[in-house]
Order: sequence, then C-alpha cells, then structure tokens
Amino acid sequence: MTATDELGGWVAEAAPTSPGQARLRRLAGGARHLGRSPLAVLGFAIVAALVLAALLAPLVAQGVSPLAQNLGARLEAPSAAHWFGTDELGRDIFVRTVYGARATLAIVALVGVIVVPIGLMVGTAAGYAGGLLDGVLMRLTDVFLAFPSLVLALAFAAALGPGIVNAVIAISLTAWPPYARLARAETASIARSDFIAAVVLQGASTPRILLRHIVPLCLSSVIIRLTLDMAGIILIAAGLGFLGLGAQPPTPEWGAMVAAGRSVVFDHWWVSTIPGLAIFSVSLAFNLVGDGLRDVFDPKDA
Amino acid sequence: MTDVPLLNVQDLSVAFTAEGATTRAVDGLSFTLGRERLGIVGESGSGKSTTGRAILGLVPRPGVVTARRLRFAGEDLLGLSRRQWTRYRGRRIAMITQDPKFSLNPVMSVEAQVTEAYRLHHGGGARAARRRALDMLDAVAIADPDKVARLYPHQLSGGMAQRVMIAAMLIAEPDLLIADEAVSALDVTVQNEVLGVLDRLVAERGMGLIFISHNLTAVASFCDRVLVMYGGRVMEDCDAGSLQAARHPYTRALLAAAPDLDHPRQTLSVVARDPAWLA
Repeated sequence: MTATDELGGWVAEAAPTSPGQARLRRLAGGARHLGRSPLAVLGFAIVAALVLAALLAPLVAQGVSPLAQNLGARLEAPSAAHWFGTDELGRDIFVRTVYGARATLAIVALVGVIVVPIGLMVGTAAGYAGGLLDGVLMRLTDVFLAFPSLVLALAFAAALGPGIVNAVIAISLTAWPPYARLARAETASIARSDFIAAVVLQGASTPRILLRHIVPLCLSSVIIRLTLDMAGIILIAAGLGFLGLGAQPPTPEWGAMVAAGRSVVFDHWWVSTIPGLAIFSVSLAFNLVGDGLRDVFDPKDA
Repeated sequence: MTDVPLLNVQDLSVAFTAEGATTRAVDGLSFTLGRERLGIVGESGSGKSTTGRAILGLVPRPGVVTARRLRFAGEDLLGLSRRQWTRYRGRRIAMITQDPKFSLNPVMSVEAQVTEAYRLHHGGGARAARRRALDMLDAVAIADPDKVARLYPHQLSGGMAQRVMIAAMLIAEPDLLIADEAVSALDVTVQNEVLGVLDRLVAERGMGLIFISHNLTAVASFCDRVLVMYGGRVMEDCDAGSLQAARHPYTRALLAAAPDLDHPRQTLSVVARDPAWLA
C-alpha cells in the first residue's frame, strides 16, 4: 500500500475524526462531483491552460517577442516554424495568442475585483436599509440594466478613450448591477434573521453588521455568478478590442488581432481565425466551469 | 447607588399605527427594577417582548415609543441617538432571544460570535478577547471550551447553543439582562440546566434580570418579583413568593388554568377576560 492510497483512504473515511478531515472529505467529494461531469473537467483544463500560458508566456513562446516583426515573412501560413502562421507584420501569431492570454486574464481579474465590491456594497446597503435608500439604489441599477451591456460599455469606452485600463473601467461600470441585485436579494432575507437581530442586540453598528455578518454570507452566490459572467466579460473585452477601444497596438490582444486580420480574412484566414478560436474556447471554458461550480455549490436542481 | 434604581419605567407606551388604526402593544406600563430578577408573564400579544425591545430602543417601524420616564441607572434612554444606542446595547443592557439555533450566525465559529460583543465594547486584541471568551464559555458550564470555541452553530445542541448565546451576551458585562423566552425553545430538562446557569451568573455579577416568559410556574420559582401583563398593561405586580395569593382575577384565572399533576382534571378552565381590565 502506497502513501497516496493511505491518504486517499483517510480522506474518504466515512466518519471523519477532525474538522480538517471533514473539510478535506467535502472538498474531495466536490472535486469528484466535478470530475463526473466531463464538460466541467474540459472547462477547468482550458482555464488552467490559459492561466499557465499567461504566467509562462515567455517560456511557451521560447523567447520570441510578440512584437518582433519580420516583414520578409508576412502572412505566412501555419507551418512548423510558425505554428499558427504570421500576421501582416510578420509577427508569430502563436506567440501573440499566448501573450494575448495575459491581456484577457488581466481584464477579467480586474473587472472581477472591481465589480464584486461595488455590487456587494450597493446591494447589501439597499437590502439592509430598505425603504428610500433601497428604492433609489435599485432604480439606479435598473437604469444601468436597461441598456445592453455591450452598448453601454462601448459608450463608456468611447467617452473615456481607448486603452486597457479604460476598457476595464467601462466593463466594470456595466457589469456591477446584477451583483447588486443578487446581493440585495440575499441581504433582504439574511437581514431579517434572528442572528442579525442578535448582533444588533450586542451593539454592533450598521457598517460592522454589513461587513462582518452579511457580506460573507452573500459571497458564495456572488462568486458563482462571477464565474458564469466571466465568459461575457471576455466577449465584451474582445469586442472593445475589435472596435479599437480596448488594448492598443502593438499590444497583443485577441479582439484587436481579429480586427487586424479582417481585411485579409479570405486569403489568409488564420490571421483572424486563430485569436477568434482562442476567444471562443476560453469563454466556453469559463461557462463550463461556472456551470460545474454551480452544480457543486448549489445542488438544488441537480 | 441604592437611591437610583437600575431601571425606572414610567408610563411606557408603544403604539403601532397602520392603515389609520392605532394599536397600543404596550399601554402605560410602569415599573422599577433594582438588581433583582423580575419576571414578566402574560399571554401571546400581551406586550411582554415589545416591552423588552422598547427598553433596548429596538421597536421595529412603524412602532412609536413614548414614556414619561425611561431611565437606566439614572440616565435618560429616550433621547439617545442611534450611535449612543449602539454603545448601550450589549454593553449596559443585553438581551437573550428565544431560539438559539437562529440567533447564532451559521457561518461564524462560536469563538468569533462570543468575542464579538467584547471586541465591540472593550476593544483589545484578539488574544485578550479569546481568553475572555474561553472564561465565559467555562462560566456557562460548557465542558470543553477550547473545543467548543472552534465549533459552528450546527454542531451545537439546543442547550449548548443557548449557553453560548448567554456567554456572548454576558461577555461585555452588562448591568441588565433581558431574557425573552430564553428557554422556551428548549426541552424541559435542558431548560433547568440553562436556568441554573443564568441564575448563577446573574447572582454572581449582581446584574438586573428581566425574565420574559409565558411559563407562570418557571417565573414564580425563578424570579424575585412578577409582573403579570395583559393587553399591554400590568395586571399584577407582586413578589414571586406571594403569586399564589394574587388578587387580580386575571392572575387567578391564569393560575387556575395551569394543569396540576397531583389533581388531574378532564378539562382545564378557560380564562375569562373582562374588558373592564383595559378600561
């Protein structure tokens, strides 16, 4: 019997003897549950590959710069030297796609970091206070929700000017309302529970109640919602890049790369298709992961 | 010290207005409380809990609290701002609610919840708070405080959870504790255990206690004084020992309606209510 077998047996033991073991057991159970869905596994694999590619981009690209031009080798078809071919400036599309993962991940991560706190703040405040504040904040989110998010993001990006940072701000400005609604709904039910009343009795102030007692309870559903939204965020980011409002050349960004290949798409299909496939597979992967996570964390309709 | 009662309530009223009609949940209630155990009994809707909430400034909207006097240790509670109230609640007056299972946050450990009030009111580091919490858990007769401190509410039994609740409420050393049906959700043997803990702590710390319950016998045996409420008013205010000799017809009827193991009856008597009591 090997050490891993023993460990596996200990984790799977029906009657855990410590909270740590129970927690591990639950984690293992969740992982196994995820493992049963091949699609979720595929999603996880693609996302993992994306993260690895972004982290180890220089290694994966074998030292080739995504900005290195070679005008003698313009628009070459995929070959052993250039796996995905080259673009109109002779840059290696494989290398640019790998580096493009960085831009995509950075945008997704930044949007998540900005949107979740804003949504939680607005939502919990509205749900806890109720009354007038609730009405004002929720009507405000309704105003944002009334516009299609891509159109609104375009408007903000156009007003703020092109660039990755502005793209992040524009996407964040359009992405927070669903989180506010979600947090409000959760808060409204939590706020009426006895344990919140008990903390009020202990003399906790309203900000403390929100931060310490309500936000942690809203977090799980908000995070699941975020993984499901990732695909949409990637698509909007790529859309902004495609329209020239996101990352600016020569930065490798998938949306901008698709746009660059547009004029030559009939003769040199790979220039647009490869980054397009990257966008497609990554957003699909995030969707699969989100679905898988929801099934594990929220087994109501499984 | 002896001149100023812990709590002095004069003519306390709580009125709820909805759709043009006004209901007085508490109607002209007066009592004073020293560092003693006062029981408030009454049927559902008699205003027991609303009285407790009014003393803590927690009457839900649209309730309106009025009183000629509502003083705690000589300080007027009526004019407190929201901020001042948060310094009062927990620190000077604490309250234990009915169902411990719902009164504890399901995703916070026992330690985090017991230390909450202490850190709110005394500040201090996590270490000092933790030490206090373990002492407190020990004081409420929890066998293995170190282990229980790490547990989560779903891992506690009802009696344990209520004792944790008591620990959480007493850790800030309030002067007055309001126990609103604090043991009603527990089964009878556990009730006695928890009452014993409560009794000892209140006596040791010289706190005042308002014990709100619908259980006449428990109140009579546990408290020093009893207030019998009906329709938001005081029907009877007497020493717990002389409850059996109570004169008010409502109290008499309540006592008569209690079942007696030694003299079983086929039908228990029904309390006849006289509108004149509320006139």
